[in-house]
Amino acid sequence: MSINWFKYSSPQTFFPLAGRLALGFGVLAVLACAAGLYIGFFVAPTDAQQGESYRIIFIHVPAAWMSMFLYVVMAFWAGLGLAFNTRLSGMMASAIAPTGALFTFIALWTGSLWGKPAWGTWWVWDARLTSELILLFLYFGFMALQAAIDDPRRADKAGALLALVGVVNVPIIYFSVKWWNTLHQGASVSLTKAPTMATTMLAGMLIMSFAFWFYSIAAVLLRARCIMLEREHASDWAGHYARGAA
Amino acid sequence: MIAALRCVIVRDLRLAARRSSDVMTVVLFFVIVVSLFPLGIGPEPKLLRTVAPGVLWVAALLASMLALGRVFAADHADGTLEQMMLGATPLGLVVAAKVFAHWLVSGLPLVLISPVLALQFDLSQELLGVLALSLALGTPVLSLIGAIGAALTLGLRGAGTLLSLLVLPLYVPVLIIGAGAAEAAASGLGGHAQLLLLGAMLIFAGAFAPWAAAVALRISVE
Repeated sequence: MSINWFKYSSPQTFFPLAGRLALGFGVLAVLACAAGLYIGFFVAPTDAQQGESYRIIFIHVPAAWMSMFLYVVMAFWAGLGLAFNTRLSGMMASAIAPTGALFTFIALWTGSLWGKPAWGTWWVWDARLTSELILLFLYFGFMALQAAIDDPRRADKAGALLALVGVVNVPIIYFSVKWWNTLHQGASVSLTKAPTMATTMLAGMLIMSFAFWFYSIAAVLLRARCIMLEREHASDWAGHYARGAA
Repeated sequence: MIAALRCVIVRDLRLAARRSSDVMTVVLFFVIVVSLFPLGIGPEPKLLRTVAPGVLWVAALLASMLALGRVFAADHADGTLEQMMLGATPLGLVVAAKVFAHWLVSGLPLVLISPVLALQFDLSQELLGVLALSLALGTPVLSLIGAIGAALTLGLRGAGTLLSLLVLPLYVPVLIIGAGAAEAAASGLGGHAQLLLLGAMLIFAGAFAPWAAAVALRISVE
């Protein structure tokens, strides 16, 4: 028996599956978030140098990971959409962008809040901060381009090309910024933490990153469901769901 | 094929020559923006010497971005672009020729005038050469990357602002390395590493950007 790889590439079959998956991952996200925050706030020991302020790491680091990872996932769907001309891929890419931008913003915001007690300043032109900021601009550009194009098929394709150009540029941006920074002021501020990290700290951080993963999957699928309904509202199946919900 | 490319370049240059005020606007914008900086940050020569490469680079970047809207717009409006797409010459090559012609009228003048403007900032003579060379290698990269953005935003409402939002983040590496060349030369390190990196960027962008812009044009025009 051959597997039909494209079974769930049609919005009609994917819509109910996305609903069930979103619910499951949403529940998992709440559970993992509760566990991770409990470990982060109550179990993990106080840092010897930074005191309690380091605890923002449990939000900051997973958010930064997700912000970069989601851009790659977005580019992956975008490339898939360009290669196979599947409608759903473009919808997934545009559903991922706001969540990715949200995590980029959270990473910048919490980093700034952490930077004040740790380095005594809200912002330094460190390589990671700068490339994270540019990543936020790339997300904004993607969303602005899609918003400016009325035809959804053209919006998907144009956004896909931009996402692919962006993903080629991200490493170049990162290394150029890193190099520029070391040229200017040297490593006056190092983001790298103490070489040994308490096991509970690491566990809390990993559980929080799983929580953010699950949240992203749930949020993206919910948003994809909305996009599917919006774009396919003329079709029978979408009308069926829209009436059922109303 | 070479004949077709030459034809595109000569045609675009002739069109630009007939509307020479467009070219002058970009150059004047560059001159005015650069001259505004000393007025804003003060006439201290030491300070001006330090900021000169960055100011010239940012101004050149903004000026070349302003000109980007014109790469494809006129051809799109009168249908020439569709004929080019139907033609036998690969669209990527046509795009490369158009970008080259566009650089000749919007990027090259900035490179040529930059040493004069750098004198306003009291930059030493050996640095003038490094700065002009970095701009000569860097502005074609800006035009190449910008062509992708111009193709994507073709015919959209608010295309100009949108274009800047798409293209400016992608310009960041060129700006950093380009402005870094003169700064490194000023600090005695020599700007060779940066100039070589700019050359690498130019080759990379020259190989891939016209192709990506051609894909973007097909998306926008279909």
